[in-house]
Amino acid sequence: MIEFLQQLVNGITVGSIYALVALGYTMVYGILFFINFAHGEIYMMGAFLCWTLVLWKVPFILAFFVSMTCCGLLGVTIEKIAYRPLRYVSRLGPLITAIGVSILLQNLAALIWGNKPKPFSLPDWFPFEGFDMGGVIIDSFQITILCISILLMIGLDRFVMKTKMGKAMRATAENIPVASLMGINVDTVISTVFAIGSILAAVGGILVGMYYNSLNPMMGFVPGLAAFTAAVLGGIGNIRGAMLGGMLIGILENIGAGYISAGYKQAIAFIVLVLLLLFRQEGLLGQVEKEKV
Amino acid sequence: MGEYFLHLANIIGIYIILTISMNLIVGYTGLFALAHAAYYGIGAYTSALVTLNLGLPVWAGIALGSLNAAFFGFILAIPTLRLRGDYLCIATVGFVEIIRAVFMNWDSVTRGPFGLPNLPRPRLMGFEFATRGEYLVLVIGFVILTLIAVRNILNSRIGRSFKAVRDDEIAATAMGLNVFLVKALALTISAFFCGIAGGLFAHYITYVDPSTFGTFESIMILCMAVLGGMGSISGSVVGPCVLITLPEILRNVGIAGDFSLFRQVFFGVILVAMMVFRPTGIMGTQEFRLPFFKKFRAASAESGKGI
Repeated sequence: MIEFLQQLVNGITVGSIYALVALGYTMVYGILFFINFAHGEIYMMGAFLCWTLVLWKVPFILAFFVSMTCCGLLGVTIEKIAYRPLRYVSRLGPLITAIGVSILLQNLAALIWGNKPKPFSLPDWFPFEGFDMGGVIIDSFQITILCISILLMIGLDRFVMKTKMGKAMRATAENIPVASLMGINVDTVISTVFAIGSILAAVGGILVGMYYNSLNPMMGFVPGLAAFTAAVLGGIGNIRGAMLGGMLIGILENIGAGYISAGYKQAIAFIVLVLLLLFRQEGLLGQVEKEKV
Repeated sequence: MGEYFLHLANIIGIYIILTISMNLIVGYTGLFALAHAAYYGIGAYTSALVTLNLGLPVWAGIALGSLNAAFFGFILAIPTLRLRGDYLCIATVGFVEIIRAVFMNWDSVTRGPFGLPNLPRPRLMGFEFATRGEYLVLVIGFVILTLIAVRNILNSRIGRSFKAVRDDEIAATAMGLNVFLVKALALTISAFFCGIAGGLFAHYITYVDPSTFGTFESIMILCMAVLGGMGSISGSVVGPCVLITLPEILRNVGIAGDFSLFRQVFFGVILVAMMVFRPTGIMGTQEFRLPFFKKFRAASAESGKGI
Protein backbone atom coordinates (compact mmCIF):
# COMPACT_ATOMS: atom_id res chain seq x y z
CA MET A 1 0.00 0.00 0.00
CA ILE A 2 2.79 2.40 0.89
CA GLU A 3 4.54 1.61 -2.35
CA PHE A 4 1.32 2.22 -4.20
CA LEU A 5 0.87 5.61 -2.54
CA GLN A 6 4.47 6.50 -3.26
CA GLN A 7 4.03 5.67 -6.95
CA LEU A 8 0.82 7.69 -6.90
CA VAL A 9 2.67 10.73 -5.56
CA ASN A 10 5.42 10.36 -8.16
CA GLY A 11 2.78 9.83 -10.82
CA ILE A 12 0.92 12.99 -9.92
CA THR A 13 4.15 14.98 -10.06
CA VAL A 14 5.09 13.73 -13.52
CA GLY A 15 1.45 13.82 -14.56
CA SER A 16 1.10 17.51 -13.83
CA ILE A 17 4.03 18.16 -16.17
CA TYR A 18 2.48 15.94 -18.84
CA ALA A 19 -0.65 18.00 -18.42
CA LEU A 20 1.27 21.22 -19.13
CA VAL A 21 2.75 19.73 -22.29
CA ALA A 22 -0.54 18.14 -23.32
CA LEU A 23 -2.18 21.59 -23.31
CA GLY A 24 0.05 22.63 -26.22
CA TYR A 25 -0.96 19.58 -28.26
CA THR A 26 -4.60 19.94 -27.51
CA MET A 27 -4.81 23.66 -28.30
CA VAL A 28 -3.03 23.25 -31.63
CA TYR A 29 -5.10 20.21 -32.54
CA GLY A 30 -8.28 21.99 -31.52
CA ILE A 31 -7.66 24.68 -34.12
CA LEU A 32 -5.56 23.17 -36.87
CA PHE A 33 -6.37 19.44 -36.58
CA PHE A 34 -2.80 18.34 -36.74
CA ILE A 35 -0.34 16.82 -34.30
CA ASN A 36 2.51 19.17 -33.61
CA PHE A 37 5.27 16.57 -33.37
CA ALA A 38 7.85 19.28 -32.63
CA HIS A 39 6.16 20.15 -29.33
CA GLY A 40 8.23 17.67 -27.32
CA GLU A 41 11.37 19.22 -28.74
CA ILE A 42 10.33 22.68 -27.55
CA TYR A 43 10.02 21.18 -24.08
CA MET A 44 13.58 19.89 -24.43
CA MET A 45 14.87 23.22 -25.80
CA GLY A 46 13.29 25.07 -22.86
CA ALA A 47 15.14 22.92 -20.38
CA PHE A 48 18.46 23.26 -22.22
CA LEU A 49 18.16 27.04 -22.61
CA CYS A 50 17.48 27.49 -18.93
CA TRP A 51 20.35 25.17 -18.03
CA THR A 52 22.74 27.09 -20.30
CA LEU A 53 21.72 30.46 -18.86
CA VAL A 54 22.18 29.17 -15.32
CA LEU A 55 25.60 27.91 -16.37
CA TRP A 56 26.39 31.45 -17.53
CA LYS A 57 25.63 32.67 -14.00
CA VAL A 58 22.27 34.21 -14.91
CA PRO A 59 20.02 34.21 -11.83
CA PHE A 60 17.69 31.23 -11.97
CA ILE A 61 14.39 33.13 -12.00
CA LEU A 62 15.59 35.34 -14.86
CA ALA A 63 16.87 32.31 -16.78
CA PHE A 64 13.52 30.64 -16.28
CA PHE A 65 11.59 33.55 -17.79
CA VAL A 66 14.09 34.15 -20.60
CA SER A 67 13.91 30.54 -21.71
CA MET A 68 10.10 30.63 -21.54
CA THR A 69 10.11 33.68 -23.81
CA CYS A 70 12.62 32.16 -26.21
CA CYS A 71 10.54 28.99 -26.48
CA GLY A 72 7.43 31.02 -27.13
CA LEU A 73 9.24 32.77 -29.98
CA LEU A 74 10.61 29.45 -31.22
CA GLY A 75 7.11 27.99 -31.36
CA VAL A 76 5.78 30.98 -33.29
CA THR A 77 8.71 30.88 -35.70
CA ILE A 78 8.29 27.17 -36.37
CA GLU A 79 4.62 27.73 -37.13
CA LYS A 80 5.46 30.58 -39.52
CA ILE A 81 8.16 28.71 -41.41
CA ALA A 82 7.06 25.12 -41.42
CA TYR A 83 3.30 24.96 -40.89
CA ARG A 84 1.73 28.14 -42.24
CA PRO A 85 2.74 27.67 -45.90
CA LEU A 86 1.04 24.27 -45.85
CA ARG A 87 -1.95 25.15 -43.73
CA TYR A 88 -4.71 24.87 -46.30
CA VAL A 89 -2.69 23.06 -48.95
CA SER A 90 -2.59 19.48 -47.76
CA ARG A 91 -3.64 17.66 -44.66
CA LEU A 92 -0.61 15.47 -44.19
CA GLY A 93 1.93 18.07 -45.29
CA PRO A 94 2.18 19.86 -41.91
CA LEU A 95 2.48 16.49 -40.18
CA ILE A 96 5.52 15.63 -42.28
CA THR A 97 7.14 19.03 -41.72
CA ALA A 98 6.43 18.70 -38.00
CA ILE A 99 8.35 15.42 -37.97
CA GLY A 100 11.12 17.18 -39.88
CA VAL A 101 11.28 20.04 -37.36
CA SER A 102 11.27 17.53 -34.54
CA ILE A 103 14.34 15.59 -35.71
CA LEU A 104 16.00 18.86 -36.73
CA LEU A 105 15.70 20.34 -33.22
CA GLN A 106 16.62 17.06 -31.53
CA ASN A 107 19.87 16.75 -33.43
CA LEU A 108 20.65 20.44 -33.39
CA ALA A 109 20.48 20.25 -29.61
CA ALA A 110 22.74 17.20 -29.69
CA LEU A 111 25.22 19.08 -31.89
CA ILE A 112 25.20 22.13 -29.59
CA TRP A 113 25.08 20.48 -26.17
CA GLY A 114 26.35 16.98 -26.89
CA ASN A 115 24.63 13.64 -26.50
CA LYS A 116 25.68 12.96 -22.92
CA PRO A 117 23.10 13.60 -20.20
CA LYS A 118 23.69 16.85 -18.30
CA PRO A 119 22.95 17.22 -14.61
CA PHE A 120 20.52 20.07 -13.87
CA SER A 121 20.32 20.67 -10.16
CA LEU A 122 17.96 22.88 -8.21
CA PRO A 123 19.17 26.42 -7.43
CA ASP A 124 21.01 26.66 -4.10
CA TRP A 125 18.40 28.83 -2.44
CA PHE A 126 15.63 26.30 -3.00
CA PRO A 127 14.55 24.84 0.37
CA PHE A 128 14.70 21.17 -0.62
CA GLU A 129 13.23 19.00 2.06
CA GLY A 130 11.58 15.58 2.14
CA PHE A 131 8.46 15.03 4.22
CA ASP A 132 7.74 11.56 5.52
CA MET A 133 4.02 10.95 5.68
CA GLY A 134 3.63 7.52 7.17
CA GLY A 135 6.23 5.99 4.87
CA VAL A 136 5.28 7.96 1.77
CA ILE A 137 7.96 10.52 1.00
CA ILE A 138 6.95 13.81 -0.60
CA ASP A 139 9.58 16.45 -1.17
CA SER A 140 9.17 20.18 -1.39
CA PHE A 141 10.11 20.23 -5.08
CA GLN A 142 7.30 17.83 -5.94
CA ILE A 143 4.90 20.16 -4.17
CA THR A 144 6.37 23.13 -6.06
CA ILE A 145 5.91 21.35 -9.40
CA LEU A 146 2.31 20.59 -8.59
CA CYS A 147 1.62 24.16 -7.47
CA ILE A 148 3.25 25.75 -10.52
CA SER A 149 1.37 23.46 -12.90
CA ILE A 150 -1.97 23.96 -11.23
CA LEU A 151 -1.50 27.75 -11.18
CA LEU A 152 -0.59 27.79 -14.87
CA MET A 153 -3.52 25.56 -15.77
CA ILE A 154 -6.00 27.71 -13.85
CA GLY A 155 -4.45 30.77 -15.48
CA LEU A 156 -4.84 29.27 -18.95
CA ASP A 157 -8.39 28.19 -18.27
CA ARG A 158 -9.32 31.71 -17.12
CA PHE A 159 -7.49 33.19 -20.12
CA VAL A 160 -9.38 31.04 -22.60
CA MET A 161 -12.71 31.55 -20.90
CA LYS A 162 -12.59 35.21 -19.86
CA THR A 163 -10.41 37.28 -22.19
CA LYS A 164 -11.10 38.57 -25.67
CA MET A 165 -8.18 36.63 -27.13
CA GLY A 166 -9.48 33.50 -25.42
CA LYS A 167 -12.85 34.02 -26.99
CA ALA A 168 -11.16 34.49 -30.37
CA MET A 169 -9.29 31.21 -29.79
CA ARG A 170 -12.49 29.35 -29.06
CA ALA A 171 -14.17 30.87 -32.10
CA THR A 172 -11.25 29.88 -34.33
CA ALA A 173 -11.33 26.35 -32.97
CA GLU A 174 -15.02 26.22 -33.77
CA ASN A 175 -14.74 27.30 -37.38
CA ILE A 176 -11.84 29.11 -39.06
CA PRO A 177 -13.65 30.69 -42.05
CA VAL A 178 -16.53 31.94 -39.93
CA ALA A 179 -14.16 33.28 -37.29
CA SER A 180 -12.26 35.25 -39.89
CA LEU A 181 -15.55 36.59 -41.27
CA MET A 182 -16.28 37.89 -37.79
CA GLY A 183 -13.14 39.99 -37.98
CA ILE A 184 -10.84 37.68 -36.02
CA ASN A 185 -7.29 37.65 -37.30
CA VAL A 186 -6.83 33.89 -37.49
CA ASP A 187 -3.07 34.12 -38.05
CA THR A 188 -2.61 36.11 -34.84
CA VAL A 189 -4.77 33.67 -32.91
CA ILE A 190 -2.79 30.70 -34.19
CA SER A 191 0.51 32.42 -33.37
CA THR A 192 -0.76 33.11 -29.86
CA VAL A 193 -1.78 29.50 -29.45
CA PHE A 194 1.68 28.33 -30.49
CA ALA A 195 3.31 30.88 -28.18
CA ILE A 196 1.23 29.83 -25.16
CA GLY A 197 1.68 26.13 -25.86
CA SER A 198 5.43 26.51 -26.24
CA ILE A 199 5.76 28.57 -23.06
CA LEU A 200 3.90 25.90 -21.09
CA ALA A 201 6.08 23.22 -22.68
CA ALA A 202 9.22 25.14 -21.68
CA VAL A 203 8.04 25.32 -18.07
CA GLY A 204 7.35 21.59 -18.17
CA GLY A 205 10.80 20.87 -19.61
CA ILE A 206 12.63 22.94 -17.01
CA LEU A 207 10.70 21.39 -14.13
CA VAL A 208 11.22 17.85 -15.41
CA GLY A 209 14.92 18.49 -16.04
CA MET A 210 15.39 19.53 -12.44
CA TYR A 211 13.10 16.81 -11.11
CA TYR A 212 15.17 14.02 -12.69
CA ASN A 213 18.35 16.12 -12.41
CA SER A 214 19.21 15.20 -15.97
CA LEU A 215 18.89 16.67 -19.46
CA ASN A 216 19.49 15.08 -22.82
CA PRO A 217 18.54 15.96 -26.40
CA MET A 218 16.18 12.98 -26.64
CA MET A 219 14.25 13.87 -23.51
CA GLY A 220 11.41 15.47 -25.47
CA PHE A 221 10.40 12.64 -27.72
CA VAL A 222 8.84 10.02 -25.47
CA PRO A 223 7.30 12.47 -22.96
CA GLY A 224 5.99 14.37 -25.96
CA LEU A 225 4.13 11.30 -27.15
CA ALA A 226 3.01 10.53 -23.61
CA ALA A 227 1.63 14.06 -23.38
CA PHE A 228 -0.07 13.62 -26.72
CA THR A 229 -1.62 10.44 -25.37
CA ALA A 230 -2.77 12.48 -22.40
CA ALA A 231 -4.38 15.01 -24.74
CA VAL A 232 -6.20 12.21 -26.58
CA LEU A 233 -7.18 10.56 -23.32
CA GLY A 234 -8.78 13.75 -22.11
CA GLY A 235 -10.47 14.36 -25.44
CA ILE A 236 -8.34 16.21 -27.96
CA GLY A 237 -9.15 19.89 -28.33
CA ASN A 238 -10.49 19.97 -24.79
CA ILE A 239 -8.28 21.98 -22.44
CA ARG A 240 -9.67 20.63 -19.18
CA GLY A 241 -9.51 17.14 -20.64
CA ALA A 242 -5.79 17.57 -21.29
CA MET A 243 -5.21 18.39 -17.63
CA LEU A 244 -7.11 15.30 -16.50
CA GLY A 245 -5.45 13.11 -19.13
CA GLY A 246 -1.96 14.29 -18.14
CA MET A 247 -2.50 13.35 -14.51
CA LEU A 248 -3.93 9.95 -15.43
CA ILE A 249 -1.07 9.09 -17.80
CA GLY A 250 1.52 10.12 -15.22
CA ILE A 251 -0.13 7.95 -12.56
CA LEU A 252 -0.60 4.97 -14.90
CA GLU A 253 3.03 5.11 -16.03
CA ASN A 254 4.43 5.17 -12.54
CA ILE A 255 2.14 2.51 -11.16
CA GLY A 256 2.74 0.36 -14.24
CA ALA A 257 6.50 0.78 -13.91
CA GLY A 258 6.32 -0.09 -10.22
CA TYR A 259 4.13 -3.17 -10.57
CA ILE A 260 4.76 -4.61 -14.06
CA SER A 261 8.28 -3.81 -15.18
CA ALA A 262 10.34 -0.64 -15.31
CA GLY A 263 11.63 -1.66 -18.74
CA TYR A 264 8.20 -1.24 -20.25
CA LYS A 265 7.56 2.14 -18.60
CA GLN A 266 7.86 4.03 -21.87
CA ALA A 267 5.61 1.60 -23.69
CA ILE A 268 2.74 2.04 -21.21
CA ALA A 269 1.64 5.39 -22.62
CA PHE A 270 1.63 3.88 -26.10
CA ILE A 271 -0.40 0.89 -25.05
CA VAL A 272 -2.93 3.25 -23.44
CA LEU A 273 -2.93 5.29 -26.63
CA VAL A 274 -3.53 2.34 -28.93
CA LEU A 275 -6.31 0.98 -26.71
CA LEU A 276 -7.85 4.42 -26.48
CA LEU A 277 -7.81 4.99 -30.22
CA LEU A 278 -9.50 1.65 -30.67
CA PHE A 279 -12.25 1.92 -28.12
CA ARG A 280 -12.87 5.56 -27.31
CA GLN A 281 -11.27 7.82 -29.83
CA GLU A 282 -13.05 10.90 -28.51
CA GLY A 283 -11.36 10.48 -25.12
CA LEU A 284 -12.87 10.95 -21.69
CA LEU A 285 -14.27 14.47 -22.03
CA GLY A 286 -14.29 14.86 -25.81
CA GLN A 287 -17.20 14.95 -28.18
CA VAL A 288 -17.74 12.56 -31.05
CA GLU A 289 -16.77 14.19 -34.28
CA LYS A 290 -18.79 13.34 -37.34
CA GLU A 291 -16.75 12.87 -40.46
CA LYS A 292 -18.12 14.94 -43.30
CA VAL A 293 -18.27 13.87 -46.91
CA MET B 1 37.62 2.87 -50.63
CA GLY B 2 36.13 0.27 -52.92
CA GLU B 3 34.80 -1.62 -49.94
CA TYR B 4 33.24 1.58 -48.64
CA PHE B 5 31.35 2.15 -51.90
CA LEU B 6 30.16 -1.45 -51.91
CA HIS B 7 28.91 -0.98 -48.37
CA LEU B 8 26.99 2.15 -49.37
CA ALA B 9 25.55 0.33 -52.38
CA ASN B 10 24.30 -2.51 -50.18
CA ILE B 11 22.68 -0.08 -47.76
CA ILE B 12 21.10 1.87 -50.63
CA GLY B 13 19.68 -1.35 -52.04
CA ILE B 14 18.09 -2.28 -48.71
CA TYR B 15 16.64 1.21 -48.33
CA ILE B 16 15.24 1.10 -51.86
CA ILE B 17 13.14 -1.90 -50.84
CA LEU B 18 12.02 -0.11 -47.68
CA THR B 19 11.22 3.11 -49.53
CA ILE B 20 9.17 1.29 -52.14
CA SER B 21 7.19 -0.34 -49.40
CA MET B 22 6.70 3.04 -47.69
CA ASN B 23 5.62 4.55 -50.99
CA LEU B 24 3.12 1.78 -51.53
CA ILE B 25 1.38 2.84 -48.31
CA VAL B 26 1.86 6.60 -48.17
CA GLY B 27 2.09 7.45 -51.84
CA TYR B 28 -0.21 4.94 -53.49
CA THR B 29 -2.76 4.06 -50.82
CA GLY B 30 -2.74 7.41 -49.02
CA LEU B 31 -2.34 5.92 -45.53
CA PHE B 32 0.07 7.82 -43.34
CA ALA B 33 1.46 4.83 -41.44
CA LEU B 34 4.94 4.93 -39.93
CA ALA B 35 5.17 1.34 -38.72
CA HIS B 36 7.85 0.37 -41.23
CA ALA B 37 10.69 0.32 -38.73
CA ALA B 38 8.72 -2.24 -36.71
CA TYR B 39 8.13 -4.52 -39.72
CA TYR B 40 11.76 -4.08 -40.69
CA GLY B 41 12.80 -5.07 -37.17
CA ILE B 42 10.40 -8.01 -37.07
CA GLY B 43 11.80 -9.27 -40.36
CA ALA B 44 15.38 -8.89 -39.14
CA TYR B 45 14.81 -10.45 -35.73
CA THR B 46 12.73 -13.34 -37.06
CA SER B 47 15.32 -14.20 -39.64
CA ALA B 48 18.12 -13.88 -37.11
CA LEU B 49 16.38 -16.05 -34.51
CA VAL B 50 15.33 -18.73 -36.98
CA THR B 51 18.81 -19.09 -38.43
CA LEU B 52 20.58 -18.98 -35.08
CA ASN B 53 18.27 -21.15 -33.00
CA LEU B 54 16.79 -23.57 -35.52
CA GLY B 55 19.77 -23.69 -37.86
CA LEU B 56 17.59 -23.10 -40.91
CA PRO B 57 19.25 -21.68 -44.03
CA VAL B 58 19.24 -17.90 -44.45
CA TRP B 59 16.77 -18.14 -47.34
CA ALA B 60 14.22 -19.73 -45.06
CA GLY B 61 15.03 -17.06 -42.49
CA ILE B 62 14.34 -14.24 -44.90
CA ALA B 63 11.16 -15.95 -46.12
CA LEU B 64 9.86 -16.57 -42.60
CA GLY B 65 10.91 -13.07 -41.54
CA SER B 66 8.95 -11.43 -44.32
CA LEU B 67 5.93 -13.66 -43.71
CA ASN B 68 6.05 -12.82 -40.03
CA ALA B 69 6.32 -9.12 -40.81
CA ALA B 70 3.35 -9.45 -43.17
CA PHE B 71 1.44 -11.22 -40.42
CA PHE B 72 2.12 -8.35 -38.01
CA GLY B 73 1.22 -5.90 -40.76
CA PHE B 74 -2.15 -7.56 -41.02
CA ILE B 75 -2.64 -7.80 -37.25
CA LEU B 76 -1.83 -4.11 -36.84
CA ALA B 77 -4.13 -3.23 -39.73
CA ILE B 78 -7.23 -4.68 -38.08
CA PRO B 79 -7.43 -2.22 -35.18
CA THR B 80 -5.67 0.82 -36.61
CA LEU B 81 -7.28 1.16 -40.00
CA ARG B 82 -10.37 2.73 -38.53
CA LEU B 83 -8.23 5.71 -37.57
CA ARG B 84 -7.98 8.85 -39.64
CA GLY B 85 -4.73 10.36 -40.98
CA ASP B 86 -2.76 11.66 -38.05
CA TYR B 87 -4.23 9.26 -35.52
CA LEU B 88 -3.09 6.41 -37.71
CA CYS B 89 0.36 7.98 -37.83
CA ILE B 90 0.67 8.28 -34.07
CA ALA B 91 -0.74 4.80 -33.43
CA THR B 92 1.83 3.29 -35.78
CA VAL B 93 4.62 5.27 -34.10
CA GLY B 94 3.34 3.80 -30.86
CA PHE B 95 3.50 0.34 -32.41
CA VAL B 96 7.15 0.89 -33.40
CA GLU B 97 8.02 1.89 -29.85
CA ILE B 98 6.14 -1.06 -28.37
CA ILE B 99 7.91 -3.52 -30.67
CA ARG B 100 11.23 -1.94 -29.81
CA ALA B 101 10.44 -2.21 -26.09
CA VAL B 102 9.78 -5.92 -26.69
CA PHE B 103 13.14 -6.41 -28.49
CA MET B 104 14.79 -4.51 -25.66
CA ASN B 105 13.18 -6.35 -22.75
CA TRP B 106 12.56 -9.91 -23.93
CA ASP B 107 16.02 -10.90 -22.75
CA SER B 108 15.64 -14.67 -22.94
CA VAL B 109 15.02 -14.55 -26.70
CA THR B 110 16.43 -11.31 -28.08
CA ARG B 111 19.24 -10.79 -25.55
CA GLY B 112 17.88 -7.26 -25.01
CA PRO B 113 20.21 -4.36 -25.75
CA PHE B 114 23.15 -6.70 -26.51
CA GLY B 115 21.50 -7.81 -29.73
CA LEU B 116 22.14 -11.00 -31.66
CA PRO B 117 25.65 -11.29 -33.12
CA ASN B 118 27.28 -13.77 -35.54
CA LEU B 119 24.42 -14.23 -37.96
CA PRO B 120 25.26 -16.44 -40.92
CA ARG B 121 25.63 -15.13 -44.45
CA PRO B 122 23.41 -16.80 -47.07
CA ARG B 123 24.69 -19.76 -49.12
CA LEU B 124 23.58 -20.95 -52.51
CA MET B 125 24.72 -24.41 -53.66
CA GLY B 126 27.88 -24.29 -51.59
CA PHE B 127 28.65 -20.69 -52.51
CA GLU B 128 28.62 -18.21 -49.64
CA PHE B 129 27.79 -14.56 -50.22
CA ALA B 130 30.64 -13.58 -47.93
CA THR B 131 32.12 -10.34 -49.28
CA ARG B 132 30.34 -7.05 -49.74
CA GLY B 133 30.56 -7.35 -53.51
CA GLU B 134 28.96 -10.79 -53.52
CA TYR B 135 26.25 -9.66 -51.14
CA LEU B 136 25.55 -6.68 -53.40
CA VAL B 137 24.61 -9.08 -56.19
CA LEU B 138 22.07 -10.64 -53.87
CA VAL B 139 20.70 -7.25 -52.76
CA ILE B 140 20.37 -6.04 -56.34
CA GLY B 141 18.56 -9.26 -57.18
CA PHE B 142 16.04 -8.62 -54.41
CA VAL B 143 15.65 -4.96 -55.42
CA ILE B 144 14.83 -5.99 -58.99
CA LEU B 145 12.38 -8.64 -57.79
CA THR B 146 10.71 -6.05 -55.56
CA LEU B 147 10.51 -3.53 -58.39
CA ILE B 148 8.92 -6.06 -60.72
CA ALA B 149 6.53 -7.31 -58.06
CA VAL B 150 5.43 -3.81 -57.07
CA ARG B 151 5.06 -2.75 -60.68
CA ASN B 152 2.83 -5.72 -61.34
CA ILE B 153 0.82 -5.11 -58.20
CA LEU B 154 0.29 -1.47 -59.12
CA ASN B 155 -0.77 -2.36 -62.64
CA SER B 156 -3.26 -4.90 -61.43
CA ARG B 157 -6.76 -4.62 -60.11
CA ILE B 158 -5.34 -4.48 -56.58
CA GLY B 159 -3.06 -1.56 -57.38
CA ARG B 160 -5.87 0.37 -58.98
CA SER B 161 -8.01 -0.20 -55.92
CA PHE B 162 -5.19 1.25 -53.75
CA LYS B 163 -5.20 4.42 -55.80
CA ALA B 164 -8.99 4.57 -55.78
CA VAL B 165 -8.99 4.43 -51.98
CA ARG B 166 -6.32 7.11 -51.82
CA ASP B 167 -8.15 9.49 -54.10
CA ASP B 168 -11.59 9.18 -52.55
CA GLU B 169 -12.62 6.60 -50.01
CA ILE B 170 -16.30 7.27 -50.30
CA ALA B 171 -16.27 7.06 -54.07
CA ALA B 172 -14.26 3.85 -53.82
CA THR B 173 -16.85 2.38 -51.45
CA ALA B 174 -19.58 3.43 -53.85
CA MET B 175 -17.76 1.55 -56.61
CA GLY B 176 -18.09 -1.59 -54.53
CA LEU B 177 -14.60 -1.77 -53.06
CA ASN B 178 -14.21 -3.06 -49.55
CA VAL B 179 -12.06 -0.17 -48.34
CA PHE B 180 -10.98 -1.92 -45.17
CA LEU B 181 -9.75 -5.00 -47.04
CA VAL B 182 -7.93 -2.88 -49.60
CA LYS B 183 -6.11 -0.95 -46.89
CA ALA B 184 -5.31 -4.10 -44.92
CA LEU B 185 -3.93 -5.70 -48.06
CA ALA B 186 -1.78 -2.64 -48.75
CA LEU B 187 -0.36 -2.71 -45.22
CA THR B 188 0.27 -6.45 -45.38
CA ILE B 189 2.07 -6.26 -48.73
CA SER B 190 4.10 -3.30 -47.52
CA ALA B 191 5.06 -5.11 -44.33
CA PHE B 192 6.08 -8.15 -46.38
CA PHE B 193 8.64 -6.12 -48.36
CA CYS B 194 9.90 -4.48 -45.16
CA GLY B 195 10.42 -7.97 -43.77
CA ILE B 196 12.54 -8.91 -46.78
CA ALA B 197 14.63 -5.78 -46.28
CA GLY B 198 14.97 -6.64 -42.59
CA GLY B 199 16.25 -10.14 -43.36
CA LEU B 200 18.70 -8.80 -45.93
CA PHE B 201 19.94 -6.21 -43.48
CA ALA B 202 20.36 -8.68 -40.61
CA HIS B 203 22.45 -11.09 -42.66
CA TYR B 204 24.44 -8.30 -44.24
CA ILE B 205 25.52 -6.63 -41.00
CA THR B 206 25.44 -10.12 -39.33
CA TYR B 207 24.21 -8.45 -36.15
CA VAL B 208 20.85 -7.08 -35.01
CA ASP B 209 20.09 -4.90 -32.01
CA PRO B 210 17.00 -2.94 -30.95
CA SER B 211 18.48 0.51 -31.46
CA THR B 212 18.37 0.09 -35.24
CA PHE B 213 14.60 -0.22 -35.37
CA GLY B 214 13.34 2.96 -33.72
CA THR B 215 10.97 5.64 -34.93
CA PHE B 216 13.80 7.54 -36.55
CA GLU B 217 14.24 4.67 -38.98
CA SER B 218 10.64 5.07 -40.14
CA ILE B 219 11.13 8.80 -40.46
CA MET B 220 14.24 8.30 -42.54
CA ILE B 221 12.37 5.99 -44.89
CA LEU B 222 9.54 8.52 -45.09
CA CYS B 223 12.10 11.19 -45.89
CA MET B 224 13.43 9.13 -48.77
CA ALA B 225 9.95 8.51 -50.14
CA VAL B 226 9.02 12.21 -49.86
CA LEU B 227 12.26 13.34 -51.48
CA GLY B 228 11.97 10.88 -54.31
CA GLY B 229 8.33 11.65 -54.92
CA MET B 230 5.24 10.02 -53.49
CA GLY B 231 3.51 8.05 -56.14
CA SER B 232 6.61 7.36 -58.20
CA ILE B 233 8.48 4.07 -58.11
CA SER B 234 11.50 5.61 -59.80
CA GLY B 235 11.36 8.24 -57.07
CA SER B 236 11.69 5.50 -54.48
CA VAL B 237 14.92 4.48 -56.18
CA VAL B 238 16.20 8.05 -56.47
CA GLY B 239 15.30 9.04 -52.89
CA PRO B 240 17.52 6.56 -51.04
CA CYS B 241 20.36 7.08 -53.53
CA VAL B 242 20.36 10.83 -52.88
CA LEU B 243 19.75 10.72 -49.16
CA ILE B 244 22.42 8.14 -48.44
CA THR B 245 25.13 9.44 -50.75
CA LEU B 246 24.67 13.19 -50.14
CA PRO B 247 25.56 13.13 -46.43
CA GLU B 248 28.51 10.85 -47.25
CA ILE B 249 29.79 13.39 -49.79
CA LEU B 250 29.40 16.15 -47.21
CA ARG B 251 31.30 14.00 -44.74
CA ASN B 252 34.17 13.57 -47.18
CA VAL B 253 34.54 17.28 -47.84
CA GLY B 254 34.75 17.63 -44.07
CA ILE B 255 31.67 19.74 -43.31
CA ALA B 256 30.29 17.59 -40.57
CA GLY B 257 31.49 17.61 -36.98
CA ASP B 258 29.61 14.73 -35.44
CA PHE B 259 28.56 12.93 -38.56
CA SER B 260 25.49 10.97 -37.51
CA LEU B 261 23.95 14.00 -35.78
CA PHE B 262 24.73 16.20 -38.71
CA ARG B 263 23.12 13.69 -41.03
CA GLN B 264 19.92 13.73 -38.99
CA VAL B 265 19.80 17.53 -38.91
CA PHE B 266 20.15 17.32 -42.66
CA PHE B 267 17.21 14.88 -42.86
CA GLY B 268 15.08 17.29 -40.86
CA VAL B 269 15.93 20.22 -43.13
CA ILE B 270 15.25 18.15 -46.25
CA LEU B 271 11.87 17.05 -44.95
CA VAL B 272 10.72 20.59 -44.13
CA ALA B 273 12.20 22.20 -47.24
CA MET B 274 10.77 19.58 -49.56
CA MET B 275 7.26 19.86 -48.15
CA VAL B 276 7.31 23.66 -48.29
CA PHE B 277 9.00 24.21 -51.64
CA ARG B 278 8.42 21.07 -53.67
CA PRO B 279 5.85 18.81 -52.04
CA THR B 280 5.83 16.50 -55.03
CA GLY B 281 9.44 15.38 -54.48
CA ILE B 282 12.18 15.07 -57.10
CA MET B 283 10.30 12.80 -59.44
CA GLY B 284 6.74 13.93 -58.67
CA THR B 285 4.66 11.19 -60.19
CA GLN B 286 7.01 10.82 -63.15
CA GLU B 287 8.88 7.64 -63.92
CA PHE B 288 12.15 7.09 -65.71
CA ARG B 289 11.72 6.63 -69.41
CA LEU B 290 14.45 4.08 -69.85
CA PRO B 291 13.20 1.04 -71.77
CA PHE B 292 13.41 -1.06 -68.60
CA PHE B 293 11.17 1.32 -66.71
CA LYS B 294 8.75 1.92 -69.52
CA LYS B 295 5.99 -0.14 -68.05
CA PHE B 296 6.09 1.82 -64.80
CA ARG B 297 4.63 4.77 -66.57
CA ALA B 298 1.42 2.94 -67.10
CA ALA B 299 1.39 2.19 -63.39
CA SER B 300 1.60 5.76 -62.31
CA ALA B 301 0.09 7.59 -65.26
CA GLU B 302 -3.14 8.04 -63.38
CA SER B 303 -1.53 8.20 -59.97
CA GLY B 304 -2.33 11.85 -59.34
CA LYS B 305 -0.97 13.96 -56.55
CA GLY B 306 0.58 11.52 -54.09
CA ILE B 307 -0.51 12.84 -50.71
